[in-house]
Amino acid sequence: MKPPPFTYHAPETLDEALDALARAGDDGKVLAGGQSLIPLLNMRLAAPGHLIDINRVTELDTVEVTPEGVWAGALARHARVERSDEAAAVQPLLRAALRHVAHPVVRNRGTVVGSLAHADPAAELPAVLAVLGGSVEAASSRGRRTVPAAEFFAGPLESSLRRGELAVRAFFPALPERSGAAFAEVSRRHGDYAMAGAAAVVALDDDQRVCSARVAYLSIAATPLVLDLTASLDRRPPVTCDWAAAAGYARDHIDPDGDIHATAAYRRHLAGVLTERTLRAAAQEAL
Amino acid sequence: MSTALFGEPIARREDPRLITGQGRYLDDLGGGALEAAFVRSPHAHARITDIDVGGALEIEGLVAIYTWEDLPGRVGEPLPLLIPHPALTHGRTAYPLARDVVRHVGEPVVMVVARDRYLAEDAAERIRVTYEPLPPVVGIEDAARAERLVHDDVPGNAGAHLVQEVGDAPGAIASAPHVLEFRLDIERSASMPLEGRGVYARWDADDESLRVYSSTQTSTSVRMAIAAKLGLPPVKVEVIAPDVGGGFGVKIVHPWPEEVLVPWAARLLDREIKWTEDRREHFVSAAHERAQVHFVRVGFDDEGRLLGLDVRIQHDHGAYTPYGIIVPIITSTQLLGPYKPGAYRVEFTSLYTNTVIVTPYRGAGRPQGVFCMERTMDRIADELGIDRTAVRAANFVQPGEFPYDQGLVFQDGRPLIYDSGDYPEMLRRTKELIGWDEFGDRRAEAERQGRRIGIGLACYVEGTGVGPYEGGHVEIDSGGRVHVSTGLTSQGQGHQTVFAQITASELGVPIEDVTVTTGDTRRFAYAVGTFASRAAVMSGNAIALACRKVREKALRIAGEALEADPRDLEIVDGVVRVKGDAGSSIPLRTVAVLSNPLRYAFDEETRRATQFAVGGSADTPPLTGEPGLEGEDYYSPVRSTFACGMHAAIVETDPDTAEVCILRYTVLHDCGRLINPRIVEGQIHGGVAQGVGGALYERMVYDEAGQLLNASFMDFLMPYATEVPAIETGHMETPSPLNPLGIKGAGEAGVIPVSAVIAAAIEDAEGIRVSRMPISPSELFHLRLEAESGAAELTNRARSHPAPLRRAAGEAGVRE
Ligand SMILES: Cc1cc2nc3c(=O)[nH]c(=O)nc-3n(C[C@H](O)[C@H](O)[C@H](O)COP(=O)(O)OP(=O)(O)OC[C@H]3O[C@@H](n4cnc5c(N)ncnc54)[C@H](O)[C@@H]3O)c2cc1C
Repeated sequence: MKPPPFTYHAPETLDEALDALARAGDDGKVLAGGQSLIPLLNMRLAAPGHLIDINRVTELDTVEVTPEGVWAGALARHARVERSDEAAAVQPLLRAALRHVAHPVVRNRGTVVGSLAHADPAAELPAVLAVLGGSVEAASSRGRRTVPAAEFFAGPLESSLRRGELAVRAFFPALPERSGAAFAEVSRRHGDYAMAGAAAVVALDDDQRVCSARVAYLSIAATPLVLDLTASLDRRPPVTCDWAAAAGYARDHIDPDGDIHATAAYRRHLAGVLTERTLRAAAQEAL
Repeated sequence: MSTALFGEPIARREDPRLITGQGRYLDDLGGGALEAAFVRSPHAHARITDIDVGGALEIEGLVAIYTWEDLPGRVGEPLPLLIPHPALTHGRTAYPLARDVVRHVGEPVVMVVARDRYLAEDAAERIRVTYEPLPPVVGIEDAARAERLVHDDVPGNAGAHLVQEVGDAPGAIASAPHVLEFRLDIERSASMPLEGRGVYARWDADDESLRVYSSTQTSTSVRMAIAAKLGLPPVKVEVIAPDVGGGFGVKIVHPWPEEVLVPWAARLLDREIKWTEDRREHFVSAAHERAQVHFVRVGFDDEGRLLGLDVRIQHDHGAYTPYGIIVPIITSTQLLGPYKPGAYRVEFTSLYTNTVIVTPYRGAGRPQGVFCMERTMDRIADELGIDRTAVRAANFVQPGEFPYDQGLVFQDGRPLIYDSGDYPEMLRRTKELIGWDEFGDRRAEAERQGRRIGIGLACYVEGTGVGPYEGGHVEIDSGGRVHVSTGLTSQGQGHQTVFAQITASELGVPIEDVTVTTGDTRRFAYAVGTFASRAAVMSGNAIALACRKVREKALRIAGEALEADPRDLEIVDGVVRVKGDAGSSIPLRTVAVLSNPLRYAFDEETRRATQFAVGGSADTPPLTGEPGLEGEDYYSPVRSTFACGMHAAIVETDPDTAEVCILRYTVLHDCGRLINPRIVEGQIHGGVAQGVGGALYERMVYDEAGQLLNASFMDFLMPYATEVPAIETGHMETPSPLNPLGIKGAGEAGVIPVSAVIAAAIEDAEGIRVSRMPISPSELFHLRLEAESGAAELTNRARSHPAPLRRAAGEAGVRE
C-alpha cells in the first residue's frame, strides 16, 4: 500500500496550478484534501504521473456567502463550511449533509469541491448540489466555464471536468422563501458512506400548499438521482400530504444495485423510508 | 507511595507513554533497513506455471528477489504444524513461498527486497506470475460437498474429525419428552489488530548471531522456530517483541512465512531487513476465525432441564492448519458453559477451503459454542413457554458441586474440570442489573410509543490460564530498583501495571521502583506466550513465586546484617526492618549490595560489599547460595481455571429501517481475585466492543471465486466508539483454588457471549428466530420479509402475541 512513483507539483497560484495541469495533460491529477485520492494511490488503483497539489494556492481557500447562495472555493474544507453559520443560514442543507460526511478528522482535510470532483455516487455533497441545482466553476489555462449540477456528474467516480481543468469553486444556491430542506441517510456505522440517503427540498405556495418537492438520492444510482415528487403530493398543505404516496412513487422510479452491505431490495425500501422522512421534515421547515 | 497494591484499580502505568506517541512499534525500528514486499497470489486456487522477474530488474534500488526455488534446506520446507492432535489426520501447512500450487488469495509467492518499501512494491508490481487457475473451494457447504478438493491428498476436504461423548446422548434425546433440532451459523471475522504483523532482522556476521524483532504474541517460540529453520543454535538468536499494537490471537501463530524469510534473507545478504505488513496483506494473508455451522439436537424435560445434547459442527479452517484444531476443540468443550448437559455428544469435522487460514481469535471458538448453547436455552424456553432465565437456572452446575468434572478433554489435553464459581448468584445479580423482571413494563411502554425493543442474555464459562508454564525473574539492584521479567509478551493488556502490582505487594516495595519487561528473550528465554487469557494467571503467579524467593533471600541477608531472626523481619516501602523496631532497619538496595560479595569496588555502594568491608566469620565462605538479590521461579498448573460471566442487553430495532441499536449492555464477570479492577474492566470493554463487531458488523465476504470482497477498513466494518454501547459492569470474585494468587484469566471474556446476547435480544424484539450471526440491517429487513412469507420462523411468543411485535415489513415504509 505505497503509491507508484509520480512527479509532485506544489504551485502557489492558480495560474501555476493550471499551467502544471495543462502540461501534465491526461497524466495529471489535482490533489486537494487527499482523503479520497491518497487511498486510491496507496492501493495502486490510480497511478497518475503528475500530482498537482493545490494546498498552497491560498486564493482558492474561500467561502463566500451571499443572499444568492454559498460559494465554496476549491480549498474550503468540509469542516469550515460545516461550521459556517452564515452558510447554514442561507442554505441549511449544507451543514445538515456535511455532518454525515465521514468523521471530524476527515472533514478537517477533505474539501467540498474535492468531494464533488470525486463524484462518488455514495457521497453526500453531490446529492446536495444536484437537488439545489447548483453548479461548479471549472478553470483551465484556456479559460473558465460553469457546469450545472445536472451535467457535472457523468458516472460513478467520474465528473465532466475535462483534461487540464480545475474545479475552482462550487455554487450552492440559497434556499428560497417558503422552502425547507432536510437530509437523512442510513449508514452501517456513524460517518460511513450511506447505504441510502436523501436530500429533500420542499417549497410551499402562498396558500401554504406544497408546490414543489424534489429529492436527490445518494447510493441509489450511478450519479446523484433527483426525483421531482411534486405531482405525487397533489398540492396539499403538509398536514394532509400523503407522504407514503411520494415514497411509493420514489420506490417505483429507482433501480438501485445491491452490494455487500445492502441488497437492491433493501436500498429501494430505504429510499422509500427516507423519502418520507425527509419530505416531512423539509415541509415542516418550510412552514 | 503504596505497596499493598494487589486489587487496587490503579491507572495503567504504560498509558502515558503509549498515548503520547512514545510507543516503539515494529515499524518504528530499523530506520535504515532494507524493506521487503511480497507478490501474493491473486487466485484462490491455482497452479504456478511461470514466474518472470525480468521486468522488475530495472527498478533502481532493488536488492533481491526470491521464489521458493531459492529457499535452501529447512527454510524451503513446509511451515511447522504447531499443535498436532491425533484427530488431525490430514494436517497441512504452507511453504513459506508457494511451491507449485497456491491455495488462497494472498498466499506469498515471491519475496522482493529493496532499498525501501516503495521500491519493493514497484518491483513486485512488475513481476509476472503465470497461473493455471484450479477450481476453488469456498464456504463450508462447498467444502463438505467435496466435489473439488483444496489438497489433492485430503479426501472430503476433511483435515480432522473428532467425537467426544459423555453418556448416551442420542438415547437420552430419543426418550426425552421434548426434542428440538435446528441449525446455527456464525460467519468469518478476524482479530484485526491496529498494528499488523511485522519482522525486522539484524544479522551480526562477526558474532554469527541474529537479532529479530517481531510483532508477535510469543517471542520465545519464534526464537526456537527461527533457530530450527536457519540451523542456528538458539543462544545465537534473540527475539524481541517491542510494543505490539494488539494481537487478539493472530500473532500467536508462528513462525509466519515472513518470520522465517526476513531473518534468512538478512543473514544471506548480511543486511538489515524489515517487513511491515500493510492492511491489505493482513486481510488476505494473516488469519481469520469464527466460521462454523452447528447442527443441534436437544432433548429436555418439562422444566427445561437438558437430558441429552447432540451437536455436530462443521468448522472452516481455511487452506492450511498450522495451529491445529484448537478452535473447534474449544467450541466442543466450552459450549457447555455453566450447565450440566445431561448426556452430551459433540462431533466436529474440520474442513479445508481456499481461503485464509483460521486460527484462534479472541474467544477462540467460544463465541460459537456459547451462541449454540444459549440459543438452545432460548429455544427451550420458547418451546415450553417459560422464562429464559428459569431454563438456565434449571441447568446450572451448583456452587456445592465444584470441582465439577464435565467428563471431556479440554484444549490443553487435560480433563475439563471447573474449579470454582457461583452461577445462580451471578444470574440473580445479572437479572437485577439489567432489570429483567421489570422489562415487560418497559416493553409495553415502548410499544405505546411505536418502538420495538427486546431483551436477551447469555452465560459463558471460559477456561483460562492454560499451561504448560510461565516463569518470572525478579532482581533488586543496588539502586533499589526492582527489575521484573517474564517471557510472555504484551499487546497492550497492561502487564507493566499488574505485574508491578503483584511485585510491589509481594516484596513490599513502592511500585515506582518496579519495571517490567516482557517478550524479550535476552531477559527471559523460557515462555509459552500470551493467549488463552493466560498471562495474569501464568506469569502473575510465576512472578509472585519469584518475588517470594527474593523476599526470603532478602530477609536472610538482612537478618545477618541486623543480627536478627529473618522471621522477625518485615519489608515496608523497600526497607527491611525488625517488626516493632523501626530503628533497626536496612534498605533493600543495601541488601542487594550485600548479596554480592565483591573483590573490586567501583562506587560508594559496592565499597561496602568488598572483602574487607563485610564482616562475618572467617570460617564460612563469603557467598551463601547465589550472588545477587534475585530470584526466578515458574508456575505450571495442573489444569486450567474457569472464569465465567453473564451478559445482558436491551436492543431497539427500527421498524422502518431495520437498524439495530443497543440501548443497554450489562456484564457480570467473575475472574477470581482481581489484581486490578480497572484493567479487568478495560479488557471487558474491549472484548464487548469486538463482540459487537462480531454480532452486528464484521464479516469476511468471499465471493464464489474465493476473492475477499471487503479487504479494507472501508468495507470490513469494525465498530467505532459510536457503535459501542456504554457498558455497565459488575464483578464477582470467586477465587481459584488452583493457584497461589487465586486468579483466573480475563482477557477474552468480554467478546464471548455478545453474539448470543444480541441475537436473543433482536429475536425478542422482532419475534423472528435469529439463527445466524452477524446480522445487518439489510439481513434483518429480509428476515422480516421471510417471516411475512412464512419462510422464516416466528417464535412461539410472537405467534401468541399480537402486533405491534409482528408488524410486517411491507407496512414498514409507513410510519404510524
Ligand atoms: C475514512 C473516510 C470516510 C469518508 N467518508 C465519507 C462520507 O461518508 N461521505 C463523503 O462524501 N465522503 C467521505 N469521504 C471522502 C471525503 O469526503 C473526501 O475528502 C472527499 O470525497 C474528497 O475530497 P478531498 O479534498 O479529500 O479530495 P482528494 O482526495 O484530494 O481528491 C479526490 C479526487 O478529486 C479530484 N479533485 C479534488 N479537488 C479537485 C479540484 N479542485 N479540481 C479538480 N479535481 C479535483 C482529485 O484529483 C481526485 O481525483 C471519506 C474519506 C475517508 C478517508
